[in-house]
Amino acid sequence: MLKRAKALFLSLLSLVVSLPAMGAAVAESSTRQLNMPQGVTEVSQAAYDIHMIMVWVCTVIGIGVFGFMFYVMYAHRKSRGAVAENFHENLVVELLWTIVPTIILIVMAFPATTALLKVYDTDNPDIEIKITGYQWKWQYEYLGEGVKFMSELNTSLDEVYGREPKGEHYLREVTEPLVLPVGKKIRFLVTGNDVIHSWWVPDFGVKRDAVPGLFTSGWAKTDEPGIYVGECTELCGLGHAFMPVVVEVKEEAEYNEWLAGKKAEAAEYASTIGKQWSAEELMVRGEEVYERSCAACHQSNGEGIPGVFPALKDSPIALGPMVGHIAVLIDGVAGTSMQSFADQLSEVDIAAVVHYERNAWDNNVGDVTQPLDVLNYKQSK
Amino acid sequence: MTAAASNRRLLIKLLLGAVVMFAFAIFVLPPLYNLFCEITGLGGKTGGEYKAVDVRVDTSREVSVRFVASNNAYMPWEFRPTQDKVVVHPGEPTEITYYARNTTDRDMVSQAIPSLVPNIVADYFHKTECFCFENQPLAAGEEVDMKLVFIIDPDLPEGVKNLTLSYTIFDITDRVTNPVAQLQ
Amino acid sequence: MAHGPATLADGWKAYISRWVFTTNHKDIGTLYLWFSFAMFILGGAFAMIIRAELFQPGMQLIKPEFFNQMTTMHGLVMVFGAIMPAFVGLANWMIPLMIGAPDMALPRMNNLSFWILPFAFAILTSTLFMEGGGPNFGWTFYAPLSTTYAPESVNFFIFAIHIMGASSIMGSINIIATVMNMRAPGMTYMKMPLFVWTWVITAFLLVAVMPVLAGAVTMMLMDINFGTSFFNAAGGGDPVLFQHVFWFFGHPEVYIIILPAFGVVSQIIPTFSRKPLFGYSSMVYATAAIAFLSFVVWAHHMFTVGMPIAGELYFMYATMLIAVPTGVKVFNWITTMYKGSLTFETPMLFSIAFVILFTFGGFTGLMLSIAAADMQYHDTYFVVAHFHYVMVAGAVFSGTAAIYYWLPKWCGKMYNETMGQVQFWVAFIGFNIAFMPQHFLGLAGMPRRYADYGLQFADWNMVSSIGAFIYGGAQIMLLINVILTIRNGKPVADEKVWEGAEGLEWTVATPAPYHTFEKPPEVK
Repeated sequence: MLKRAKALFLSLLSLVVSLPAMGAAVAESSTRQLNMPQGVTEVSQAAYDIHMIMVWVCTVIGIGVFGFMFYVMYAHRKSRGAVAENFHENLVVELLWTIVPTIILIVMAFPATTALLKVYDTDNPDIEIKITGYQWKWQYEYLGEGVKFMSELNTSLDEVYGREPKGEHYLREVTEPLVLPVGKKIRFLVTGNDVIHSWWVPDFGVKRDAVPGLFTSGWAKTDEPGIYVGECTELCGLGHAFMPVVVEVKEEAEYNEWLAGKKAEAAEYASTIGKQWSAEELMVRGEEVYERSCAACHQSNGEGIPGVFPALKDSPIALGPMVGHIAVLIDGVAGTSMQSFADQLSEVDIAAVVHYERNAWDNNVGDVTQPLDVLNYKQSK
Repeated sequence: MTAAASNRRLLIKLLLGAVVMFAFAIFVLPPLYNLFCEITGLGGKTGGEYKAVDVRVDTSREVSVRFVASNNAYMPWEFRPTQDKVVVHPGEPTEITYYARNTTDRDMVSQAIPSLVPNIVADYFHKTECFCFENQPLAAGEEVDMKLVFIIDPDLPEGVKNLTLSYTIFDITDRVTNPVAQLQ
Repeated sequence: MAHGPATLADGWKAYISRWVFTTNHKDIGTLYLWFSFAMFILGGAFAMIIRAELFQPGMQLIKPEFFNQMTTMHGLVMVFGAIMPAFVGLANWMIPLMIGAPDMALPRMNNLSFWILPFAFAILTSTLFMEGGGPNFGWTFYAPLSTTYAPESVNFFIFAIHIMGASSIMGSINIIATVMNMRAPGMTYMKMPLFVWTWVITAFLLVAVMPVLAGAVTMMLMDINFGTSFFNAAGGGDPVLFQHVFWFFGHPEVYIIILPAFGVVSQIIPTFSRKPLFGYSSMVYATAAIAFLSFVVWAHHMFTVGMPIAGELYFMYATMLIAVPTGVKVFNWITTMYKGSLTFETPMLFSIAFVILFTFGGFTGLMLSIAAADMQYHDTYFVVAHFHYVMVAGAVFSGTAAIYYWLPKWCGKMYNETMGQVQFWVAFIGFNIAFMPQHFLGLAGMPRRYADYGLQFADWNMVSSIGAFIYGGAQIMLLINVILTIRNGKPVADEKVWEGAEGLEWTVATPAPYHTFEKPPEVK
């Protein structure tokens, strides 16, 4: 019985120990991925290389040490008639197994050091992007270009809560990705707006904590266009799993076109504020904005979470004067989790969501909030 | 000496020791900590006010300094650098401004916290005058251009050519007991 | 009490008085062990909720706010309520027996050290029912999530931590005083069993770093309630300061968790190899080296926070170095087995599994120490896998081994060997199914403390959840084994219990009398 147990033990353990080695071969199958990606930058490649060196070194040492141990377990069993010897010291052996591992570590320290030097090489960037972590979305600002926007999860709460089937890009899609050109060195300046977040793109090998009050920096430069998805990697509250990073790397010409487009958008937007929106248009847009930016706390049915997040359905603010309602979104409510959305939502979006909150769930106030109303409020202060 | 008496003496010594420890923590540690922060300048925090001494300007080098503004949560002021970027010679005093406007309908006080990237050269970035040395009170609707005068140390390590100085403003109205008195 | 300790036959009042007021190290050890097991089940229940929610992508059972409370409480309860008190319980039971002392040096303080713990954990658990919920900021409670953005219950959380810290400090003082002053004549330091050595060194670590944790939570308390700015940049403070102070405690803390586990394994392997521990002195020195190094490596938990490169390189090198003394210990255990006469009873199975799986966790720890690679591992499931390998397959397996090993001496009954071996295999298999896939999840890009995840992570999450439930089942089997042994086990009369057992603890009667070594033994 023990013999069979031992055989099973042995085979299970050899599987366990050899899996990382298998990882190198079966590198990237999407649903059963075993290993780290090599990524598309020098830094991600350096991380991958040193990772694989460590995997191999540890595998070889593991096989050696555990192999010896299994041999001992087999050959020196009492049931096989083994009789215990009585030695308990051996200076030579003990010195060897102290010195040899130390040497191995010193050898490993060299590639480990060069890899880290790459991570820190942030000087002389071509483009600088300021990244701010918010609860629970990212803001990207192209320094020197006047382009700034929020990037929020675009997967609906219906998909999260199983009311609708999950799309192919579940939790990997955002309203506006960070767009970057190939071949340019990009320096990221990362900070946090409220709590500590962390900006991570595995394919870039960049992970920088977003700490409120200070800036950390990382860099990336790639020659491969594509879409690269990352995550927030520091617990930041209830939306921690719901603020992915999506980066789109374009060829330079395409990027320049995109950037010009963004700048033009900002200019054009000024004119859309003046437009008179219909109640239906506002309702549709408002619902989209609400689901994306408000429902996590106030819930899709507007009922909030008693004691934690107030209900908007039948709320005195939603049913009261429009100015007061707009004020809550523009100014936030000090001392609570309700932040000011003035920086995060455009005047059009704020008008739409205010309109939606005033008319959904049988609130039916019946008035129409225009973007100009929101702009007037902001400017009147 | 009886056991009770010697226990009592030990107890008194321990209590006195505890009082001394608390006094040390309350009166000696804060100034020591301030000193430590000044000396090490951690986290890209540039040092306090710098008294410019012998300023030799190194015209052979150019360093680009970019300015970034950031608002912390619940801080709705408009806040931005008046110029995006300057190119300076180390040793040369340079003046720039940041614009701030209190967009709310109540009087507030803010504090700007600097952060320099790359963090490692924070020691070489000297500010002789900075709006971040003091808090900034603004009445409702008031706006201001805030001054920063800085000198980059000529000993700035070779190869560093791009600095980015960021300020994050925080609302400290609640922390400052008498904000009105601070307005000129 | 001439007639021995009160039993149920003496009436409820006498029985409860015995347990509330006991100053006997065996009783207190028993209290700690049962308390830690209850906490283990509680923390395990939180884990089951986590893994049930993570079984599939999407939110099926709980909301993200509650999920964050579950991950936080799981960590706090397991680290502070289960693992640490379990090993303190073992220390209480075994240290006096191993050094030939009649009891601990400070028996009344020993009682206090234990009894404040249920109080602390009742407070902590009650926060789940308070308005705003319990702590939801991770067991590492970084500021400002744990200060400015914390729920109302955070003050109770801080209070519970303070009490638990006081318990550990008092317990450690007791252990140090006992070992320094009450060893039997002839038992020099270098003749002490290794379990005693590892616990003495652990006790020094605890006394050094628990006050630092107390400092961190007090600074939090000040920031939250009294307007200070230790961790708030607005007032000139720094959120990163919290991380430094916390991890200065936090890193030695994980060695506090594992060193006594090393000690247990160093007792068990020689017994079942029928051979003395190989390299006793280097084991002692290696333990001391690990303890010393543990103080100077804390910032390897902070590689992504933007430290200057010199600092980051230093912490990387120092952390890599810890592999050397740890490797020495692993080699010593294996060489103890070499040319021994091995049998594989349940304690030995758990100890062997410890050596293999802890070493595996040590390998992933070495990988994590490489800062450039850590950019990809930090705060992902790779880290979660690493610490579960070293803490569960490490410390918990060692604790389980200790229970099977010493239970016969404590209660005079032998456990059923087949049931023990079955429990081992279920635990071993369940554990690996639960945690091996988490390495892959981390490498593939899944961060930790995530309530939900993208579809590419679905398969391994499902496998991991299944393994977790199997492992949970194994703990219930352990409870059953222990209870059945105490009630119906075959009586053991040999003092030695195990053929290869050596040491003073195996010279007292089985079950161990309430008072032992009232006269000190002679040690040659």
